[in-house]
Amino acid sequence: MTTLILAEHDNASLKPATLNVVAAAQKLGAPIDLLVAGHTCKAVAEAAAKIPGVAKVKLADDAAYAHPLAENLAALLLALAPGYSHILAPATTTGKNVMPRVAAKLDVAQISDVCGVESADTFVRPIYAGNAMATVQSKDAVKVITVRTTAFDPAPAEGGSAAIEPVAAQPASPKSRFEGAQITKSERPELTAARVIVSGGRGMASADNFKMLEALADKLGAAVGASRAAVDAGFAPNDLQVGQTGKIVAPELYVAIGISGAIQHLAGMKDSKVIVAINKDEEAPIFQVADYGLVADLFQAVPELVKEL
Amino acid sequence: MKVLVAVKRVVDYNVKIRVKSDNTGVETANVKMSMNPFDEIGVEEAVRLKEAGKATEIVAVSMGPQACQETIRTALAMGADRGILVLTDAELQPLAVAKILKVLCDKEQPGLVILGKQAIDDDCNQTGQMLAALLDWPQATFASKLELGVSDARVTREIDGGLETITVTLPAVLTTDLRLNEPRYASLPNIMKAKKKPIDTVDPASLGVDVAPRLSTLKVNEPAKRQAGVKVATVADLVAKLKTEAKVI
Repeated sequence: MTTLILAEHDNASLKPATLNVVAAAQKLGAPIDLLVAGHTCKAVAEAAAKIPGVAKVKLADDAAYAHPLAENLAALLLALAPGYSHILAPATTTGKNVMPRVAAKLDVAQISDVCGVESADTFVRPIYAGNAMATVQSKDAVKVITVRTTAFDPAPAEGGSAAIEPVAAQPASPKSRFEGAQITKSERPELTAARVIVSGGRGMASADNFKMLEALADKLGAAVGASRAAVDAGFAPNDLQVGQTGKIVAPELYVAIGISGAIQHLAGMKDSKVIVAINKDEEAPIFQVADYGLVADLFQAVPELVKEL
Repeated sequence: MKVLVAVKRVVDYNVKIRVKSDNTGVETANVKMSMNPFDEIGVEEAVRLKEAGKATEIVAVSMGPQACQETIRTALAMGADRGILVLTDAELQPLAVAKILKVLCDKEQPGLVILGKQAIDDDCNQTGQMLAALLDWPQATFASKLELGVSDARVTREIDGGLETITVTLPAVLTTDLRLNEPRYASLPNIMKAKKKPIDTVDPASLGVDVAPRLSTLKVNEPAKRQAGVKVATVADLVAKLKTEAKVI
């Protein structure tokens, strides 16, 4: 039994999500290899080699992997699959895109968004937006898994010294081509890695008002998030969306402002350590999960909060 | 170009689900069922392609018990031309659904297959990718914009941190994200017309697909409940509590 993890990175640095997956993999009790597939990504492999508990880093450095196209990454994982009992990736947009392709080619089920490892073949995963938790057992020879990173505390990033082993690239698929990316540039921390998140909902009433959350976020060193209602109304871009179909977050502090607390939103943030809700409707469901609730007009409360901090 | 759309019948997104008392699953008897919201976006996109003269025929496929016919009728009322119901009472997991869809694609030869990126019941987010793999087609998942050409499709995808644009050759599999479009409501005349549109019924065995589940569900539990905390009276109170009690700022 050996586990292979697809590392998440941007060719320059290893993303912290990889550390959460290593923590999940350690619960399987098998040796762990890490695959770094990218282009001119040696620094990533070197960072990966320092993770304690990683036996080997497999480095596939090729132009085919400059961008994480599912067709190319799946072909690489399939070439490496023999010899592995478990293949894991974080449940990021990359992991979700690639892993089912690998599972289908191996003729095995994928176990999505794993939140708990009961044994080498039994896992806990959320269904119905996390309103129920299913314990599932896989009898397949290989377990292909995406890991909900917020459910596992990250493994340490330093202290190990794994060997880096180059692996051959697979032919690139002519059927899919990367054209470009618009990555939101922000001075603030990334939503899924932030210690504090300030999130706004429909109560913000306009895109202009939404900007007032930025002042609060800057005071707290926080990332800015949004409910689906706020995204649908055009107050905030979709990559800020927290919820069942957006990002799943679990920061130390989550400040929900003008968010009513639909179950789809709660699904994305209810594992936060401390939740603060500011809403003028005291019946809003968000107060049922908030550690600290303030019934107030957010247009007065938020500027006041910025001043108090 | 023929477009195939897959539509799943799921518990309506407004229903507050209940875990069965014997922990075998979630209560689905006497619960409002609807088309998976992401699949509605898929049907809408297909209908828009037809309205733009890029698609010639839209085939809506659903799988499950007889009641899935209603989901197909909804797609037909939105503008799909005909339906295929894969009738079975067996539990269908994503790999089995992808295998059935593959057989249907071999037969129907669509230029594009559109699926929702995930179903809101099992939240798997797998079927489209699995289908693309089985067909050896390229995939464009989590799409927020589609520009369909004659031999390829340029697709903008929702990714962590922003957007990505890729070009895939046709035939291809597309999965929808929320911002791709806003699905229409079917008009009454179209609902009436949909009743006359044809729906073929097939069973998985006749397609030669083994649909046996690969994962067995051992139990289903309610998630740990979060206790409601306290209400604070003022912003100053809130800041004080966060500093001294919660110690998070």
